[in-house]
Amino acid sequence: MGASDLSRLPHIGESLRRKEDYRFLTGSGQYTDDIQLANMRYAVFVRSPHAHAAIRSVDVSRAEGMPGVVKVFTGKDVEGKMGGLPCGWLITSTDGTPMKEPPHPILAQGKVRYVGDHVAMVVADTVQNAKDAAEAVEVDYDVLPAVVDVREAQKGPGLHEAAPDNHCYKWAIGDKAQVDAAFARAAHVTTLDLTNNRLVPNAIEPRAAIGSFDRSKDEYTLYVANQNPHVERLLMTAFVLGLPEHKVRVIAPDVGGGFGSKIYLYAEDVALTWAAKQLNCAIKWTCERSEAFLCDAHGRDHVSHAEMALDKDGKFLALRVHTDANLGAYLSTFSTAVPTILYATLLAGQYTTPLIHVEVDAWFTNTAPVDAYRGAGRPEATYLLERLVTRCAWELGIPQDEIRKRNFITQFPYQTPVALQYDTGDYHACMDKAKSLAEVGGFEARKKASEAKGLKRGIGYSSYIEACGIAPSNIAGALGARAGLFECGEIRVHPTGSVTVFTGSHSHGQGHETTFAQVVAGRLGIPVENVDVVHGDTGRVPFGMGTYGSRSISVGGAAIMKALDKIEAKAKKIAAHLMEASDADIEFEGGEFKVKGTDKKIPFGQVALTAYVPHNYPLDKLEPGLNETAFYDPTNFTFPAGTYIAEVEVDPATGTVRLDRFTAVDDFGTIINPMIVEGQVHGGLAQGIGQALMENCVYDRESGQLLTGSFMDYAMPRCDDLPSFRIGNHVTPCTHNPLGTKGCGEAGAIGSPPAVINAVLDALKDLGVKDLDMPASAPRVWQAIQQAAH
Amino acid sequence: MQVQLKVNGKAASLDVPPNTLLVTAIREHLRLTGTHVGCDTAQCGACTVLINGKAVKSCNTLALQHPGAEITTIEGIAAADGTMHPMQAAFKDCHGLQCGYCTPGMVMSAIDLCTRHPGASETEIREQLEGNMCRCTGYQNIVKAVQQGGAAMASSQGQASTATASA
Ligand code: FES
Ligand code: FES
Repeated sequence: MGASDLSRLPHIGESLRRKEDYRFLTGSGQYTDDIQLANMRYAVFVRSPHAHAAIRSVDVSRAEGMPGVVKVFTGKDVEGKMGGLPCGWLITSTDGTPMKEPPHPILAQGKVRYVGDHVAMVVADTVQNAKDAAEAVEVDYDVLPAVVDVREAQKGPGLHEAAPDNHCYKWAIGDKAQVDAAFARAAHVTTLDLTNNRLVPNAIEPRAAIGSFDRSKDEYTLYVANQNPHVERLLMTAFVLGLPEHKVRVIAPDVGGGFGSKIYLYAEDVALTWAAKQLNCAIKWTCERSEAFLCDAHGRDHVSHAEMALDKDGKFLALRVHTDANLGAYLSTFSTAVPTILYATLLAGQYTTPLIHVEVDAWFTNTAPVDAYRGAGRPEATYLLERLVTRCAWELGIPQDEIRKRNFITQFPYQTPVALQYDTGDYHACMDKAKSLAEVGGFEARKKASEAKGLKRGIGYSSYIEACGIAPSNIAGALGARAGLFECGEIRVHPTGSVTVFTGSHSHGQGHETTFAQVVAGRLGIPVENVDVVHGDTGRVPFGMGTYGSRSISVGGAAIMKALDKIEAKAKKIAAHLMEASDADIEFEGGEFKVKGTDKKIPFGQVALTAYVPHNYPLDKLEPGLNETAFYDPTNFTFPAGTYIAEVEVDPATGTVRLDRFTAVDDFGTIINPMIVEGQVHGGLAQGIGQALMENCVYDRESGQLLTGSFMDYAMPRCDDLPSFRIGNHVTPCTHNPLGTKGCGEAGAIGSPPAVINAVLDALKDLGVKDLDMPASAPRVWQAIQQAAH
Repeated sequence: MQVQLKVNGKAASLDVPPNTLLVTAIREHLRLTGTHVGCDTAQCGACTVLINGKAVKSCNTLALQHPGAEITTIEGIAAADGTMHPMQAAFKDCHGLQCGYCTPGMVMSAIDLCTRHPGASETEIREQLEGNMCRCTGYQNIVKAVQQGGAAMASSQGQASTATASA
């Protein structure tokens, strides 16, 4: 069944209310911290108070004598007993050498490298007793100088023996000589230096995990707030603990948001699982928010220099970019892929720029590991490109929308100079729709009205593209992935015709239990209520790679479609036997099997029952049962794209920026549940606008202390910081997956930061402000205005 | 130490250490895990419950400070037959939740807000929900849900008082 047939199915395109909501709304959801196991103990981690220090000694004797304490584990206890945390993506430097991959121990070995680094794990009968004992662990540190800034990293001090100059890799893509030649003959060159500020993902549910061990079966179970339980199990068993996978079950129950921060294998998860066997009990750890600020993987943190070569009409001839990426103190699971494969390959944007050269230097610093956060690499690419494009427009005196239109790709498929091939899109249509929803025609009048109040008004554009549906395995492998990136789906039809779907993707707010049920119910012609979706448990789901990179419906949903193909094929054979017709004459439509050209038909439920009550059944040709599994590995990424328009009012007296209106028009391909998709866009926008206007993770440059270590110092968007959004879409279905979907989870966070900053800069143009780094907080904007005036 | 509470209409007698936060008493001692913890600085509102009908961040107060108080958690607002409270129903209908983690706190705050301030405007709702963070939804649908849920609460109250009057 192709994408075009799909849109005709019942339930596709319907805003069905979510099946999962009843439990969330009545307090019956089950998040990891809600789980209580028999014989459960509690863990608290002793974390480094220093950004960089040698550990002279760790004395646990006093702590171990305290009330309720079961055991304190230190680096010495785990040394040689397990490997370090692996990095899942290998980057080869331009000189052919592999990236530097220093060890990432589960509990520190001899040195700590960021504030929050794991020094010891205390296990006690209550959280309070564990906390008290953690205070009593005596660590003698020899404090070393620290470096937190990516621009300073190259000057040292070195963090790792394996990378004395803190350099992890130098990577490049594109033809440098041709790009340089194009710059030499360009009519105009625009340059821009910019910083993509470091962010903390801050899902409202902090991470939590429970390791447990069953001695009678020699089996471990790990409950964990995680986006990809099978990957967690694979990394933990194969790379760290050296256990066979079938002895470890990973369950990610209800998860309170992830945004990337729950993709990774963290030291806590491994330590708890391992210690559960040592102590023969279950051990729970629940992260506190201030702890999460220190030890969850952070996002972004790029410093870049970009140049665009243009002809006199504003056509882009060549793009040249150099980026320094901060990886933090250790390599987190996907970290190395973010500033390379997920970033540089997106720098063509929606434009026909024929020549692009991007060079990336990645560095270690004394900060928490940096990894993929909502959008991962694509927000960084979009921010750079869309700020640069708007600056080109201003320098050449062309309107922001017009310069984009002059350069939009219009022929598909389109091969970019940075490896990707876009299959479909209609960038003009998205731009036109966004302009009309945003009522840009009325902007000048609104600007006058603002000026009458002493305020400055600006408008900003951003036309983003992203690569979603993260797979295909062969491309990912060629680019350095150390795992496959397919997805798995199983359809179990029960004797009475109800269905359970097992998916390898994972829902932590995205509403898969509803969306996936819509697809299956539509395809089988049965009520949505008759379809249940199971995810997040390696003990129930055959296999899976989890949810990130907006891959769930385009890869996971496609696997389900493949399994449905098999179900349909087998069911047709059963139906043919029941109606004494040939297989080729059976049609399946609206939940009924029909014999072509006759009025003979039987419902899906009867076929299901026959499969399990095979009294009249072709047992010589077919097995009983109706249960199929499929693995799906796509041939290409999907390419959601769109145009966002922000309009802001700035008070020049205080620097306060008010986002007055925000319009987002996206092309996500086929939309299964518009309500859910719109909700995803809203959430992404809140995060992107948060980055543009208020969020910023700051370390002290001297001491390496985290200055924004709680919700008191790290500004998160709240209800009254945001307007209601104007949302639209324009659909061009993806051509290479059976659903035609492209993915929608990250777009909002990708497209919005440059739109907002372009709008702020547009508002400040008359005041002479040319540049501004995120977040555009009132003090920063005020300072920029003062500096421009003097 | 011993403290008597009335939680979701049922008397509860707890023996807790004196420094036990109300949220810990609710989650760990009464095993009502619908009330969530999202921070340790009383900033996020995930832990919001009603104490004598008023929305309070239960991570910011001790259990022992509330002897005899009527505490309502998210588990206590649906009807006995499982029918959701109008505010719960409105959150579902308006897609005012995604991962559901902030949701119980949001719903409890929203109920208090609409009780105190029926017919609040969008701006007023945005201002008054400022103590509850959601990282998933971008708030727009939460605001819609509060408007719709508030209207439903007002009309069901209206019905209830008519019913009492006619009884
Ligand atoms: S947990 Fe109470 S306000 Fe965050
Ligand atoms: S729904 Fe996830 S935090 Fe609000």
